Amino acid sequence: MSLSLSLAHRFADFELDITLDAGPGITALFGRSGAGKTTVINAVGGILRPDTGKITIDGKVLVDTHKGIFIPPHKRRLGTVFQDARLFPHLSVAQNLVFGARYAPGGSDGPALADVVTLLGLEDLLDRAPATLSGGQKQRVALGRALLSHPRMLLMDEPLASLDGPRKQEILPFLERLRDGPLGLPILYVSHAVDEIARLADTLVLIQNGRVQAQGPLFDVMSDPAAVPLLGVREAGAVIEADVLAHGADGISTLRISAGEIELPGVQAQVGSRVRLRVLAQDVILSLNRPEGLSSVNVLPVEIEDIHPGDGPGAAIALRAGSDRLLSRVTARAVAELGLATGLKCYAILKATTVAPGSIGR
Amino acid sequence: MTPDAAAWDALRLSLWVAVWATVLAIPLALWVAWALARREFWGKALLNAAVHLPLVLPPVVTGYLLLIAFGRTAPMGRALEAIGLQLAFHWSGAVLAAMIMGFPLMVRAMRLAIEAVDPKLEEAAASLGAPRSAVFTRVTLPLILPGILAGTVMGFAKAMGEFGATITFVANIPGQTQTLPSAIWSALQIPGGENQAVIMVLMACAVAVSAVLLSEVLARRVAKRISGA
Repeated sequence: MSLSLSLAHRFADFELDITLDAGPGITALFGRSGAGKTTVINAVGGILRPDTGKITIDGKVLVDTHKGIFIPPHKRRLGTVFQDARLFPHLSVAQNLVFGARYAPGGSDGPALADVVTLLGLEDLLDRAPATLSGGQKQRVALGRALLSHPRMLLMDEPLASLDGPRKQEILPFLERLRDGPLGLPILYVSHAVDEIARLADTLVLIQNGRVQAQGPLFDVMSDPAAVPLLGVREAGAVIEADVLAHGADGISTLRISAGEIELPGVQAQVGSRVRLRVLAQDVILSLNRPEGLSSVNVLPVEIEDIHPGDGPGAAIALRAGSDRLLSRVTARAVAELGLATGLKCYAILKATTVAPGSIGR
Repeated sequence: MTPDAAAWDALRLSLWVAVWATVLAIPLALWVAWALARREFWGKALLNAAVHLPLVLPPVVTGYLLLIAFGRTAPMGRALEAIGLQLAFHWSGAVLAAMIMGFPLMVRAMRLAIEAVDPKLEEAAASLGAPRSAVFTRVTLPLILPGILAGTVMGFAKAMGEFGATITFVANIPGQTQTLPSAIWSALQIPGGENQAVIMVLMACAVAVSAVLLSEVLARRVAKRISGA
């Protein structure tokens, strides 16, 4: 299952020119507001007719402006979850779900109503009117409705952007279940929240001013020092995988990453499970010697792979830590004073409090 | 004090004319309301003005214009009469007059209902695989139905009360073109006619009040349905 797209579209105030591929799993489109993310998803869904371009899904042409092909939205079989859930106000939750199932092609593969209700925990909401639901509940229903249309791919346009923190936490596990579960549905996921993407995406596409700036596996793009300005210096940082080894009685857990063991508080995953850690670049400190007498115990031996000077006084440094890559953000002055250079072996200190519970996923 | 035969005739004719005028106007009003709410086209402002014209013109002017266009000596009137459709001085002309006078009210109510429907809901329906016709019947129509009904009730009430254009275009022939308002006016012209006038006034009040109450209920329902509360 793969989507391949190349399109150009001119708006009054800006121009979009994008080429990208989305394979299985969750492909996240990240960019600031106005970067062109929603334009891409609207072109895929058929809400927008691009000036020029071609979009195919599994080799089947959805749009080809040169040949004058434009498959109308209702024949594309792409379920869409919008930022505003767009539930039909005159129908109950159950009727909204049935509406999704009504137009699924006969004999198509996909979940049945009962499966979706269980997966998304909608049992108690079925008789309710959409207006009586919370934002998180609405999005769960919208997601269920889209799944029941048995789409070839799910398009999600900032599905969590209008939700507050706790409501987000309510939805994220469902999205993870969708990614890892038996449905194996590919998802094109638009967001401007780095924490969501770090937790969910398999592939990351960075978009700025209507152009693709970087695309690739999430772990690679997130640890690319060149991506730091695109993600924002405060949000940038590597995402790595860790195995949970033990939970201490004092609330501190031990996790293993490829470069060694680290200790973190507030880890909720079970012992033996694998989680994602987000290590913010600004929370990784470098030291030439193995430090002693620090309050932090998370010291990892690393090797400098790349130094990427920023526009301001900072520099982004890529570090090899075992088989993972970490990012550190230091000042350009520190680079000069410490004599940091590619190939130098040094130590990275991770503050244990840096990884918030919400940043740990999988 | 009981209604005489002429009063019953007038009420019957008025209801008959108003029902026909309303039923015939619904599809056209819905189409115009849709165009004004959702489409961009050349002459949109002109169409909007034309639709509202009967609301601001003196009704007698509208009636006179109808007479000029559809009178028995006018070319269009003669052409219609040749195919067996007489409008001037005939109850079918009263239907036309009532249609035109009620039309702006119907269009207005329907247009507001259509404008209150978020096109994003229709996009969502299409994204779920619903073809255009199903999007209209299952999403748009249920949401605007109360607005259509409210517009219909307003148009009906207007048709019931229409006087100026009607009496100018089809005159005031008892049993043929004498609607309730024309009959009330006639009753007031003859000595001792006040009793029957009062009875017919009460009839008119009853019909009008019921229509307005019904429209209120329906308008409230449209608001409730679209906000989803």
